[in-house]
Amino acid sequence: MSFQPVKFYQTGTFTVGNRLLAPEERSVQASGKRFNSINSGHRACQGCGEALGARYAIDAAMEATQGQLIAANATGCLEVFSTPYPETSWQIPWIHSLFGNTAAVATGIAAALKIKQKKNPRAQEIRVVAQGGDGGTTDIGFGCLSGMFERNDDVLYICYDNGGYMNTGVQRSSATPPAARTATTMAVGPEPGNAFGQGKFLPAIAMAHEIPYVATATVADLRDLEAKVRRAMEIRGARYIHILVPCPLGWGTYSNETIKMARLAKETGIFPVFEAEHGEIKSALAIRRQLPVEDYLKPQKRYAHLFGKQPNVAVIAKLQALADRNIRKYKLLEGV
Amino acid sequence: MLKQCEGSHAVAEAVALCRPEVICAYPISPQTHIVEGLGEMVKDETLADCEFINVESEFAAMSVAIGSSATGARTYTATASQGLLFMAEAVFNASGLGLPIVMTVANRAIGAPINIWNDHSDSLSMRDCGWLQLFAETNQEALDLHIQAFKLAEEISLPVMVCMDGFILTHAYERVDMPMQAQVDAFLPAYEPRQVLDPAEPVSIGAMVGPEAFMEVRYLAHARQVQALERIPQLAAEFKEIFGRDSGGLIRPYRCEDADTIVIAMGSVLGTLKDTVDEMREAGHKIGVLGIISFRPFPLVAVAAALKDCKRFVVLEKSLAVGIGGIVATNVRMAVTSMGLKGYTVIAGLGGRAITMKSLTAMLDKAGRDELDLVTFLDLDWKAVNKQIEREKTHRKTGPVAEALLRDAGIVGARNY
Ligand SMILES: Cc1ncc(C[n+]2csc(CCOP(=O)(O)OP(=O)(O)O)c2C)c(N)n1
Ligand code: SF4
Ligand SMILES: [Mg+2]
Repeated sequence: MSFQPVKFYQTGTFTVGNRLLAPEERSVQASGKRFNSINSGHRACQGCGEALGARYAIDAAMEATQGQLIAANATGCLEVFSTPYPETSWQIPWIHSLFGNTAAVATGIAAALKIKQKKNPRAQEIRVVAQGGDGGTTDIGFGCLSGMFERNDDVLYICYDNGGYMNTGVQRSSATPPAARTATTMAVGPEPGNAFGQGKFLPAIAMAHEIPYVATATVADLRDLEAKVRRAMEIRGARYIHILVPCPLGWGTYSNETIKMARLAKETGIFPVFEAEHGEIKSALAIRRQLPVEDYLKPQKRYAHLFGKQPNVAVIAKLQALADRNIRKYKLLEGV
Repeated sequence: MLKQCEGSHAVAEAVALCRPEVICAYPISPQTHIVEGLGEMVKDETLADCEFINVESEFAAMSVAIGSSATGARTYTATASQGLLFMAEAVFNASGLGLPIVMTVANRAIGAPINIWNDHSDSLSMRDCGWLQLFAETNQEALDLHIQAFKLAEEISLPVMVCMDGFILTHAYERVDMPMQAQVDAFLPAYEPRQVLDPAEPVSIGAMVGPEAFMEVRYLAHARQVQALERIPQLAAEFKEIFGRDSGGLIRPYRCEDADTIVIAMGSVLGTLKDTVDEMREAGHKIGVLGIISFRPFPLVAVAAALKDCKRFVVLEKSLAVGIGGIVATNVRMAVTSMGLKGYTVIAGLGGRAITMKSLTAMLDKAGRDELDLVTFLDLDWKAVNKQIEREKTHRKTGPVAEALLRDAGIVGARNY
């Protein structure tokens, strides 16, 4: 191809093209010196939100630490698609130990670095991130995560939330939203899909630990995500960033709609995007143009059972009520 | 320096002399005094340049250890019993990653029924986890083995468990010779990892490996343990040169030269066995004792050599492979496969049951006449067992077994079913 049109303003996305900005104002992803912490060639599905989220977050953390970063990774899609030996996408020191112990492994890395630094104060300082999927974070890794939070260990933990155990074939996790179909909450029976009144929202639990920094983000807002990672790296102690990462395979969405799905989650109020310090909300990203939850639900096959010949208005209303509650609770219409 | 102290404190001091950089700990009896001692030393700064982390579980303890060891820090933890099982997944992971963590196991029974007293079920349940396992006979040896363990682990890039009998050793006050810092420094060089997480040279550690290379990776873990069979006696010799005492090695024979019967065991019961054998020797029995210090790697050749002139062996073990008999015995049998020896398995001391010289003498006397059953449970209360078996034949709802046995034994408060 000899000519590629450049879109400066992508209509409907609210995204200003980076090329309009001065180089120093560009996002890390758009800058010429971005680290490419996760190299191309990995085996994620087309349009994988987790691959995108990890690249955004880790590149931003690399930028913030001038490349002095070590990552611990839980078992899950990110670990599997980025590695099988002898190939690895990771351009940074990286360790995978188990599914449920990533926060603790990171604690160990941080402890070792603290002693190394003490013994050699002139050495450049190295920081630690831990990362895992929602299953590895909210379920099996929860004990280790809570321990790391409570001790205020110097670790940034990043959860890539795609709402289920995707690596094992899309089973329900405690982050799977109500009504969503997964392989273990099938769209059958009188109440198809995942049950209402269950599950947990880990950012709120992280806040209850009163750790220095908690934030949520989505892959739809690159600048916001990068700013939060940068902010997190300015702080010492336990930090937590929970990133919504749509999964085309598990959600049943088109691979070119990943960003759109993440944006719809935010614009409907389904997923609140905010920042908290020491257990108190400091800011929330305002909804720019509020949309009904149907707009978010309808394109996803995991909610297809809600939109048959007879849309299941009762369940859709319940989901709208959850979004409305988020909007009230996090003041998403006014923004903070 | 000679001093009188508790086994746990002796171990804590020895570990501190090894200059660990990260210690993580979760309490479980009878391991507690060891990590309490170390925690205090870190806090009052007698142990400098060391991070002591109070973790939220044993699974976290081993996971923190994995992270710190992979970052190049000399790392130590301790556990026992339920704690070892709770960390099991990470225990296998640490050895699979080739991380030279040193861990004390204050050997204790495994429930249910929950029981805090000593036997070897915990570490032996982890026999195939890829860690080396060294068993201490005395508090002095426990102390010495920790110093050797760090050196061994770091040389061969594999983790090492130092196993010491819970309460019997950990809580016993005995005289020990505490080494000087300079001696330990002369013996134990700084840790130089084979792989380390470092931004200057990024590596990916712990990624997935398919069928193309998995067998080879596992074989190399085995080969490294086999290599340790050579290194362990050399280390004991090097240790003796600096510290002046015999400690460690693969096996320790006692009065085996002309013995017809050799009784094999691990840990503190070796003391009782030696006394028993001394008495039986005086009464004219040709009997000796073989202590196994290195259970993993298992010294097949050394055990075979030690048994080559006897007529029979008795393995006395504080563990039970339910459904077959002995764990140590199975390993010993492999060592003597083609030697045509009579072999007996004696399960003893489970859950802290006392092992007395009187019972040992009677049992070994029977063994000497080849009248012992192939698998014997020393001092088992057959009356209580048979009564329960009978009850289970005639009643369906017999309730918890342990309670029924205690009720039969006349322990008040036990419920009737
Ligand atoms: C102890 C243990 N239990 C179960 C598994 C199987 N397992 C591997 S990845 C995975 C799902 C991961 O889900 P999540 O953490 O949400 O990450 P995702 O793949 O969705 O990114 C599961 C269940 C395992 N590897 N270890
Ligand atoms: S299953 Fe989902 S999370 Fe996993 S690689 Fe595919 S798109 Fe990404
Ligand atoms: Mg997931």
